[in-house]
Amino acid sequence: MQGQFWIIQTLNSVAFGGLLFMLSSGFSLIFGLMRIPNLAHGGFFMLGAYLGYSLLIRGVNFWVAALLGGLAVGLLGVVIERFIIHPSNRILLAIGSFLDAVIFRPLGLRAFSGAWRGMIARFRGLAGNEQGQVLMTLGVSFIVADVCLLIWTGDPMTLPAPPALRRPLFIGGYSFPTYRLVVLGVALVAAACLYLLMERTRLGAMIRAGVDDREMARGCGIPVSRLFTIVFLLGATLAGIGGVLGGPILNAYPGLDTDMLPLALIVVILGGAGSLLGAFVGSFVVGFLYNFGIALVPDLAYFVLFLPMVLVLMFLPQGLFGRVQL
Amino acid sequence: MTRGSVIAVLLATVVFMAVPWIVPGNFYINMASQVLIYALFALSLNLMLGYGGMVSLGHAAYLGVAGYTCILLVTAGYNQLTAAVVAVLFSTAFAGVFGVLSLRAPGLGFIMITLAIGQIVWGIAYRANALTGGDNGMSFPARPMPFGFDIQDAKNFYYFTLIVFAIAFFFLWRFSHSPFGASLKGTKEQPRRMRMLGHNVWLIQLLTFVMAGFWASIASVLYVYYNLFLSPHALALQQSAEILLMAILGGATSLTGPIVGALIITLIKNVISTYVERWNSLLGVIFVVVIIFMPYGLVPGCKQLWKRLQSRGKNSAPARTSSEPTE
Amino acid sequence: MTLHRRKVLKGIAASGASLAVLKAPYVQAQAGPMKVGFLTIKTGPLASGGLQMEQGLTVFLKERNNMIAGRQVELHTADTAANPAQARTKTQELVERLNVSVIIGPLAAFEALAIDDYIRSSQTPILTVAGAEDMTQRKANPWLVRASATSAQPSHPVADYAAKELKLKRVATIADDFAFGHECVAGFQRVFEDNGGKVVQKLFSPLNAPDYGTYIAQFKPDLDGIFTGHAGANGLKFIKQLREYGSKVQILGGFTPVDESLLQQMGPEALGAITGNWYSAQLDFPINQKFVAAIQADYKVDPGVYAAETYVSGEVLEAAAKAVGGKIEDKPAFMKALKETNLATSLRGPMKFDEFGNVVGNLYIRKVEKKGDKYVNAVVKTYPNVSQFWTYKQDEFLKNPVYSRDFPPAKNLEN
Repeated sequence: MQGQFWIIQTLNSVAFGGLLFMLSSGFSLIFGLMRIPNLAHGGFFMLGAYLGYSLLIRGVNFWVAALLGGLAVGLLGVVIERFIIHPSNRILLAIGSFLDAVIFRPLGLRAFSGAWRGMIARFRGLAGNEQGQVLMTLGVSFIVADVCLLIWTGDPMTLPAPPALRRPLFIGGYSFPTYRLVVLGVALVAAACLYLLMERTRLGAMIRAGVDDREMARGCGIPVSRLFTIVFLLGATLAGIGGVLGGPILNAYPGLDTDMLPLALIVVILGGAGSLLGAFVGSFVVGFLYNFGIALVPDLAYFVLFLPMVLVLMFLPQGLFGRVQL
Repeated sequence: MTRGSVIAVLLATVVFMAVPWIVPGNFYINMASQVLIYALFALSLNLMLGYGGMVSLGHAAYLGVAGYTCILLVTAGYNQLTAAVVAVLFSTAFAGVFGVLSLRAPGLGFIMITLAIGQIVWGIAYRANALTGGDNGMSFPARPMPFGFDIQDAKNFYYFTLIVFAIAFFFLWRFSHSPFGASLKGTKEQPRRMRMLGHNVWLIQLLTFVMAGFWASIASVLYVYYNLFLSPHALALQQSAEILLMAILGGATSLTGPIVGALIITLIKNVISTYVERWNSLLGVIFVVVIIFMPYGLVPGCKQLWKRLQSRGKNSAPARTSSEPTE
Repeated sequence: MTLHRRKVLKGIAASGASLAVLKAPYVQAQAGPMKVGFLTIKTGPLASGGLQMEQGLTVFLKERNNMIAGRQVELHTADTAANPAQARTKTQELVERLNVSVIIGPLAAFEALAIDDYIRSSQTPILTVAGAEDMTQRKANPWLVRASATSAQPSHPVADYAAKELKLKRVATIADDFAFGHECVAGFQRVFEDNGGKVVQKLFSPLNAPDYGTYIAQFKPDLDGIFTGHAGANGLKFIKQLREYGSKVQILGGFTPVDESLLQQMGPEALGAITGNWYSAQLDFPINQKFVAAIQADYKVDPGVYAAETYVSGEVLEAAAKAVGGKIEDKPAFMKALKETNLATSLRGPMKFDEFGNVVGNLYIRKVEKKGDKYVNAVVKTYPNVSQFWTYKQDEFLKNPVYSRDFPPAKNLEN
């Protein structure tokens, strides 16, 4: 193989790793704090890409579109967290009374409605209900995918990269897409910001405490349930921004969610859940495995990521930098 | 067995036997066979899930191992019985290896290993064109004639499936009431205590895993008989997820839950989808709503609702005229 | 949908009423609506092509006021979700519950293969659009006609054109790693190498590969061209990424990568790409001009090959239905008429079927050009009367194994 191959593949690997970090850091944080494997995360990423597309064709500046798209997905994340994953009793009772007024009362099922509301009042969210979490987050991802198909049709959509970044960059006689390097740069900046947030702020300290021991944190007076919402906002926003940033490379198309979700899972497994450093290192490891694995052993293209995943899980069940027991 | 459950079993038997006369036409009889096959998948997964708390996202791997083995053997000229037996045995042995690998990691790690192994089996089926026909899939020459009983047509095939299903269900019911079933539940709820009591938690879990694999392999052979075709799409992550969703939706802690889950999901995919264009959203909404109001699935949720309803009926009979039930 | 179903019910009621009044069951049954099943993909990752198929068929029926050969058409659309098992169930539903006389679809080869034995045993005429070679070759299904093309049929002429007119010598190929991609590339390789060219690299990427950077980095710097057989969103993704990496190499392709439905999204990256296809929105037949205008008016897009597939299938269905006097319920006669269809003009030009039910007709070499502010597939050459066997002798062609990843063997790979 020529030198060009190694240089370009290395650049590919780090650029792809950067994109993966945007996708998986949020997944890792959510899982670390809330112990919820958010299987709708691929859907968040895809939704970000589609929203970015709609903003871009309306002439919005690319970076503004990335922020807006990310925030919109983040808000959706908050709604999902507040209303579905950890609904407060007030919200549940409101839903209950609504159903009561619309269904049970007109049908004369008063006893039924009472029993129903009694059940709701006893509902305490999905904490510890692993199966419920899987079903619910997959349900959300089904809805997100289907609604995207409805709104943006099934046709693949291209997100135009900022004009200045579309031309390839020539480095020492090799050409490489400028935009990918910029994505890498953005991912590095995002990583630095997240690091500062987690290590240098009060909020970060609270989140870390929550990741390490939720009950202890609650005992110390940390508002854990508010932290949940904040982390979900942060995680979904990162995925949404990642979707817009990834758009010019990957395009927005139905199935983008299921193509990306396994990658997020693999990153988190390799790096270890709940750890920013783990997500960071894991993203780049996966970037290298993917690019070099496929190029060097094409026959293993389908398992190039899953085989290492099985090995890591067998011998290092907490991942490389895991903070939490999986 | 209580009198109530005897009546329930008898009633269920009558209903299941009568399906071909109740539903209009072959299409719906076939649909009933399909529901039974998926219900068997969901029940087998539920052995691990409901009693052992092991969430697997790789259950469709058995469809691949047992299904392709069966097709390859029959195509190679072996007789149907040999093919089916070898397929199930081979796939059960595979379950042993699958289990040993997966049980190295707990919790989410377990889910992820099962997912990864499922994906690897899918990848092999997809890539090994010479063996499996790649994404073009393989067709199965013809359904067998078990004991000279012709199962080509919809009704006979339904009864054949029903018999297999009934045997499996009986076994699973016995299992859930056996000491082994109890110790499995123990490993889920109190693993440390079980260990202290001298139980080999790992072995109990592995045996359960293998047993689940065995019944899933049986279901896989039925799947091949039903569809007369197998392609990697049946092994994909979506299929594994679907089986898992069936068990959770119906209620993994109950024996009948997975059957209800299989019924709902199969009907939405195949029948409701004819009338509701956004059936994927419908499925998603059902998942979310069920989990909000019945976090442990439909069957346990309905049971609970029924209990509350009864106790309320007794207590509040005189108070019915009073305003809102106080919470 | 709702409106459609109501119409159907009315149709059924009407046929029932006339039956009772005239007491001439057989003849009158013919006067009822003609039941046509339509298998397509409306949900999931492949929905794009499936929805375009629906657009093509809708325009076809609208043009005819929902009447074919003097009979009302009762169309039953079924969503297979690109899942073979679901395709099978839906086919059973169409045949057993809804009693359709003929089926159009499905889109994907693995769906068509999953229902192959059922089509045979239920003896339902089917107008498929899936590409799988062997469905009209070594394992030909007697109840099937294909008015579109096999996977490799349009690859043959593009290889001929690349070798003889573009005089390319060294070409790399890349396609999705599934049967369609393998067949598409195999057909290209065979004809290209038989005409003196060399396929020096052969890459296949998984269907769900998120990124092609790692493949693009493998291409040799001194290629004359790259042939792509990517389908759906992957074609768009690949060509865009190839250009982002600064490659200016000549792009060649089968009939999917620069489909009209992707072209406007692709922009200047696709300019100059040469592909083989049996259709282009640029064909200047009056039928096509009307079709393109109708699709543009109703859906604001240019029709691509998926929309054209169902329209052409509709034309074949209509011609055969007319040939049997509208009595499509007589399946053997209708099937015979389908295979004997010989159209002097159609959406794709003159067309007929070979003995296996596969189309023989024009194939077009198309070049992506900019026309006004739009990108189009301009037709640069027409190969008339092309069969699935290209210029090879049918017997010899069929003696070879079916096109695959390994056949024909690549003798000129360089590493």
